[in-house]
Amino acid sequence: MTYENNIPEIAAALRAEGKRVALATVVSTWGSSPRPVGSQLVVDETGAMQGSVSGGCIEGAVVHEAMQAMQDGEPRMLSFGIADEQAWEVGLACGGKVQVYVEAVE
Amino acid sequence: MKTEILQRLVRARAEKCPVALVTDLGSGLQTLVHEDVAHGGFGLDREELAEVRRFLREDRSGIVEIGDARLFIHSYNPPLRIIIIGAVHIAQALAPMASLAGYDVVVVDPRRAFATDARFPGIAMNGEWPDDALKQLAVDSRTAIVTLTHDPKLDDPALHVALRSPAFYVGSLGSRKTHGKRVDRLREAGYTEAEIARIHAPVGLAIDAVTPAEIALAIMAQITQVLRREPSSAAAAA
Repeated sequence: MTYENNIPEIAAALRAEGKRVALATVVSTWGSSPRPVGSQLVVDETGAMQGSVSGGCIEGAVVHEAMQAMQDGEPRMLSFGIADEQAWEVGLACGGKVQVYVEAVE
Repeated sequence: MKTEILQRLVRARAEKCPVALVTDLGSGLQTLVHEDVAHGGFGLDREELAEVRRFLREDRSGIVEIGDARLFIHSYNPPLRIIIIGAVHIAQALAPMASLAGYDVVVVDPRRAFATDARFPGIAMNGEWPDDALKQLAVDSRTAIVTLTHDPKLDDPALHVALRSPAFYVGSLGSRKTHGKRVDRLREAGYTEAEIARIHAPVGLAIDAVTPAEIALAIMAQITQVLRREPSSAAAAA
């Protein structure tokens, strides 16, 4: 598994500019989740994001939690999933479960 | 995450050092584990460190539960790379095989007749003399180097750089007799026994390979073994 992403570098650069940032990292997956464990997303204080933790299905919710984490400084674990039945029936690419760890960089 | 840890992580990546970020999912504390040293918010015991280094070696990330702790191990490894010295027949099989196995591949050969795009479609070529090429390519601990030319005037300069580089694998084509002469030359050039012992020769696992593709397969298998095997068991097998 290789990570072509440069999310840590982007986060460090934003910090160096004095911006608040939060990181979201996929820490576990089940089933056919589109992004592997270790995939990352960085969010800045304006809510702008770079990177990805899914095929786009959960990024909105992750950004919301990232903004909260920047406010209260508390890391959080988010779980997302789709009922198996539904996933199999419609054959969603995103039919798995994914856990995302969200933390502010302080 | 502390900004300081993020900066250390970014520095390790820029230096192409394998590093793992370990997060205690209970407390949110983080520690950065290098090959030889760990920095950060909490200490890891021997068992935990061994597990983190196993994840790094296998290039895996994930959650482990050790005792009461739930740890997320995030491996950040530089990309795997193989540098092949000699655009020869075996290289024509080894280059695409290594590429399939997930390696970035560079073939080094200053001889224009060998290093053609027609013989190596889609493979990065470097026409510098091997020692210059290896210096240029900044060999790191996720790089394997294989010399295949059979020609001391090309293989030896490559080995001179390879043996004092952090490459995880160095292999040289040649019979036992050829290798014996090579060892003599390297001793004369001032290389220590420990440095010379890094060379895998005759190159590849002993699978009685005959054709160029079979030899390439034996080499690729050996590189995989060296990459994945625990250091202690590799020493025991040597």
